[in-house]
Amino acid sequence: MPELDPSRVRDLYRDMIMMRAFDDKALKLQRQGRMGTWPPIKGQEAVQAGVAMAMGEDDWLIPAFREHGVMVLRGVPLHLVYAYWAGDERGSSYSEDVRCFPVAVPVGSQWQHGAGVGLSLKLSGDDAVAVTFGGDGSTSEGDFHEGLNCAGVFDARTVFVIQNNQWAISVPLHQQTRAETLAQKAHAYGIPGIQVDGNDVFAVYAAADEAIQRARRGEGPTLIEAVTYRLGDHTTADDASRYRAEEELKEWEGKDPILRLRRYLEQKGLWVEDQEVVLQEEAHKWVDDQVKALEEMPPQAPEEMFTSMYAEMPPHLSEQMQSLVEEVRS
Amino acid sequence: MSAPGSQGAEGRALHAVPEVATEKLTIAQAVRDAMLLEMERDEKVLVLGEDVGVDGGVFRATDGLIERFGSDRVIDMPLAESSIIGMSVGLAATGFRPVAEIQFMGFVYPAINQLFGHAARMRNRTRGRLTCPMVVRMPYGGGIHPPEHHSESYEALFLNTPGFKVVIPSNPHDAKGLLTAAIRDEDPVLFMEPKRIYRAFREAVPADSFAVPIGKAHIARTGTDVTLIAWGSMVRLCLDAAEVMAREAIDAEVVDLRTLNPLDRETMIESVVKTGRAVVVHEAPRTAGFGAEIVTQINEHALLQLEAPVQRVTGFDVIFPLAHNEKHYLPSRERIVAAVQSTLHF
Repeated sequence: MPELDPSRVRDLYRDMIMMRAFDDKALKLQRQGRMGTWPPIKGQEAVQAGVAMAMGEDDWLIPAFREHGVMVLRGVPLHLVYAYWAGDERGSSYSEDVRCFPVAVPVGSQWQHGAGVGLSLKLSGDDAVAVTFGGDGSTSEGDFHEGLNCAGVFDARTVFVIQNNQWAISVPLHQQTRAETLAQKAHAYGIPGIQVDGNDVFAVYAAADEAIQRARRGEGPTLIEAVTYRLGDHTTADDASRYRAEEELKEWEGKDPILRLRRYLEQKGLWVEDQEVVLQEEAHKWVDDQVKALEEMPPQAPEEMFTSMYAEMPPHLSEQMQSLVEEVRS
Repeated sequence: MSAPGSQGAEGRALHAVPEVATEKLTIAQAVRDAMLLEMERDEKVLVLGEDVGVDGGVFRATDGLIERFGSDRVIDMPLAESSIIGMSVGLAATGFRPVAEIQFMGFVYPAINQLFGHAARMRNRTRGRLTCPMVVRMPYGGGIHPPEHHSESYEALFLNTPGFKVVIPSNPHDAKGLLTAAIRDEDPVLFMEPKRIYRAFREAVPADSFAVPIGKAHIARTGTDVTLIAWGSMVRLCLDAAEVMAREAIDAEVVDLRTLNPLDRETMIESVVKTGRAVVVHEAPRTAGFGAEIVTQINEHALLQLEAPVQRVTGFDVIFPLAHNEKHYLPSRERIVAAVQSTLHF
């Protein structure tokens, strides 16, 4: 059990409640046609809150695509996370001081960026650490192995966090690998691998804190496997009941990380129902404000698909943009 | 009719001011010098790839750089193309300017996900917040009798993928100047090096650092009867063919595109409008090769000035053959002359 004073434990709980609230809202927006395809994070809040709390102010986050929780905690405005998934590239254009990569959709490719940023931080003498995320499915991709290998060779300041939610769309973990654990894959690359209960926010925090401090001291990368469960569908375009047993889902709903932390807080006398009511209200108000901010964003002009292709727009793109502008105006 | 042997003389006359100190360099040496001078100028420039450090690169294009700049800036990578590019994306997006080497273009496939999926997209994806100012150097093309996978010309793959610049020098002067420009560029540049002529000839190149602007073609030979359009190693072949044809009073202009994206359409079209005939020459397979795009652009912008359909001299739509049949695959001087003749006698 890590040393965390009660206010920080309550912060973790608060972070997780906020995540659950914005995730629920995104699903509702999607059903109302106000959101694009959304990958829910329900059930994985402890991994994201625990790692986020262990990260230092200047650390870099290199997410995959189911890390909205940790992204928001690292300073990405929620309305921009929503904007990205609602189909607007400006959702990945947050301010310079937010050290966060954009969402990486090609599975596993971001592990290499995590290794590259970790090497970059080492070479530039930056005290910060790169924390990169991916799912269990991505550990079957070559880039996962290449990323771990290179980070190990160069002693990159990188922490790799697998959110093992046990399902890669319809393929369960046992069909992803013959290995007993995903953490053990680190050993082949000469770096430490730790498996933690990803629904125990304290365990996640402790493992992440140790790995991040280790990387910060220049002692090299670490792989963390956080075992959790995807309580939702892969995305709003998926129907998990086609491939996943109802009993399994029910079993994991009983291990909901938010309920677990709440029970802990209540048993320790750190939380009462009144606080829950206030927090829930606060969460919903924040989410509603962010939806409002999303919906108040002026639409992107059609020509914006051209304007960020290159630092300077080449002539053929100017011509193509002009023809689109004329078409839209006519 | 321009003077025979004008390539060297004209090239130098156009490129260099007489008082500039020059060195006689091969393309491989010019590539190395560009990296060396840029690494001296900007400490954020890194070189990484397979065997680029202690060995100095399998073509010696990074010779001596590790001694000069150390292993933190000249990085011998594990043998993994996807890592070379994937790590470069991470480095470039956080302030470095990586110059990555893919040892042979035929080995670029494992890195395609990182190149297409990320390097080309980072600026657009983040609306300019994170960018990938990186260069990917790739020796390309045939003519050296190597094993399989060492002879390919994959430029068309990258030209149908928005987000890159694609630059291909044809001589030592341009190799140095264009690579310098590529390293200073704010966007990912694929720098294809014609390995067949890496050491085929030397040319006077300014000793100091200089940049040849990306996106500007070069008239390698002026002429009035037909325009030969080429890049990389095919430019020399076209100049060669032009000399042969000059003896038969056919005056060919040779346009060295130098940059395929962005394409200097203006220079190309101006030449075709002047001559009324054009032949495009490339090593890559014919179907959906970049020649097809060039023919289309000529049709769009100069159709009524054409005296004959534009011809293509290209590789065949086959797997690049092993050494034995290589000479039958590659465009030849004879094929270029024959194509020109067909435009003249249309």
